[in-house]
Amino acid sequence: MSDATVNNLQPKASEVAPALKVRSYWQTVGYRLRYDYMTLFFGFVVILIILSAIFAPLLAPMDPYQSSMLNRLKPIGYKDFILGTDELGRDILSRILYGGRISLTMGILPVFIATVIGGLLGIIAGFVGGRTNMTIMRIMDVFYAFPSILLAVAISGALGGGIFNGMMSLTLVFIPPLCRVAETATSQVRNLDFVEAARATGASTFSIIRVHILGNVLGPILIYSSSLVSVSILIASGLSFLGLGVTPPEPDWGLMLNTLRQAIYIQPVICALPGVAILVTSICFNLVSDGLRSAMDVRM
Amino acid sequence: MTTETKTPLVSVRDLNVKFVSREATVNAVNDVSLTVQHGEVLCIIGESGSGKSVSMRALMRLLPERRAVISGKLAVDGQDVLALKGKELAAFRGGEAAMIFQEPMTALDPVYTVGHQIAETVRRHTGCSFEEGLARALELLELVKVPSAKRRLNAFPHELSGGLRQRAMIALALSCRPKLLLADEPTTALDATVQIQVLILMRKLQQELGMGMIFVTHDLGVAAEIADRVAVMYAGRIVETGTVQEVLTDPKHPYTKGMLSSTVHGNMRGQDIEAIPGSPPDLRALPTGCSFGPRCAFADSHCLEQLPPEVMLGNDRLARCFKVDAAPAAADAGSVPA
Repeated sequence: MSDATVNNLQPKASEVAPALKVRSYWQTVGYRLRYDYMTLFFGFVVILIILSAIFAPLLAPMDPYQSSMLNRLKPIGYKDFILGTDELGRDILSRILYGGRISLTMGILPVFIATVIGGLLGIIAGFVGGRTNMTIMRIMDVFYAFPSILLAVAISGALGGGIFNGMMSLTLVFIPPLCRVAETATSQVRNLDFVEAARATGASTFSIIRVHILGNVLGPILIYSSSLVSVSILIASGLSFLGLGVTPPEPDWGLMLNTLRQAIYIQPVICALPGVAILVTSICFNLVSDGLRSAMDVRM
Repeated sequence: MTTETKTPLVSVRDLNVKFVSREATVNAVNDVSLTVQHGEVLCIIGESGSGKSVSMRALMRLLPERRAVISGKLAVDGQDVLALKGKELAAFRGGEAAMIFQEPMTALDPVYTVGHQIAETVRRHTGCSFEEGLARALELLELVKVPSAKRRLNAFPHELSGGLRQRAMIALALSCRPKLLLADEPTTALDATVQIQVLILMRKLQQELGMGMIFVTHDLGVAAEIADRVAVMYAGRIVETGTVQEVLTDPKHPYTKGMLSSTVHGNMRGQDIEAIPGSPPDLRALPTGCSFGPRCAFADSHCLEQLPPEVMLGNDRLARCFKVDAAPAAADAGSVPA
């Protein structure tokens, strides 16, 4: 009798509903984003910025390395120089387009790597708890004790300049905060009933982590890391500004800001342009991460 | 409804659960023995910290393995639960025994739809496709009387009311046709009208599906509604068992008596409720004698020195007390000290 009740329903249900569908989490997030025009717009701008950096060789009107003593520090719109020239007579627009390649890489790549490493460490620390948690989190705390810019400067100072070392130091700087966010989120979720409920329905530890922990933790981590991209661009610019990141004549927004600084009384508008690029990119990333935050919190 | 078979569905013998930490050892469950037949509902009644939930979690092996020391014999449908490992344990949980939790708010994952969660569980256990799992999820939601089930399949837990959420939780627990359903105060977090609906539903499902059920509650009214048999727990020990009628109408143990007289039902207006004086013992340092002794009105020095035996009062009826009249008029079994 017991199985009869359940089995009777089975063919009926599958006949009535041939194509049952449920929204997945990401579908829901996508659906919510579709009507968030603000976030869509700024997301579009972010994509434009990234594309413009990728296709810089096609877009740039001039060679970013080509200097010209005759055309030094010219204002916006001078001859063919749409955004003017820098202190060596190089086209600012071309340099900003090319500079985006390095600046964006320095902004996104370290955050991405740090998200993977820090997130993983944080989830492990939060899920396993106990001594493992202690060890991982106290090590993180040591790094956390320094202000992030100071730490980045110290690490890349010790490693020496260069893009690669700069990125490495940025990665190291971002691992602790991401680890902490992941750990907090995980240890909150770990003790909720649905994890025990999942265990009670026979889920293995791995599938609990994959389905329930990751599902609940990925949102906060992604939101936080997307907000770190703008921080990373700023710190990377700061490193270049101090001469620790990119070496001249490589075009980079931070480095451009640094070298143009000397000309601030001659061409203040031109000097501000790389800063504007940093500012716009940062703001766009921040606003997108804000939009993601509200879209990813399905409970709201 | 009770279908008598030779092996009981659940057989718990001398279950002890200790939580060991650096500071203290907490004896959460002490020498608990239980039997549940196929298709029977056993209600475990007791106040907070009496070991009800811990016993249930021990039965599902949900206690943290490092800190909880479990000893005794636990068998569900002839399977030794404590010996299960890896895949067997995963198949047992959900397949043989399933559990419903107290808080429907937190027992469902907030980032997945109800349908997704049930389908995922079905898929895990039967290896069917996700779509088949969804079809089964729809059936289950209809089985637990969720209105417009097809639409609710697509709802996130926060979009459902408490009652619906608990129904979805029941559907999730039933998804793999368990033989044993463990319910840990499933109606406590619900308001009274929804509570009775869910209780009636659970009783009906239990009878239709022929499941055995262990239902933990601290509410005597709930126990009266759903139970076939009742076990009263106090300080990690079972102090009295019997059919629901016997225990609730003719309690033998002073604790059960005290508990029954401290409910508001049938009292005269303005009359004070009789409360049991004192508070439950510290599980880190249980008294050597009867654990209820210090609060018991009938206790004498003997009670405080020695642990009272389980006194059989009849078929499946026992009380752990010295003062119980071992041969009452109703029962013909003699005193069998355990």
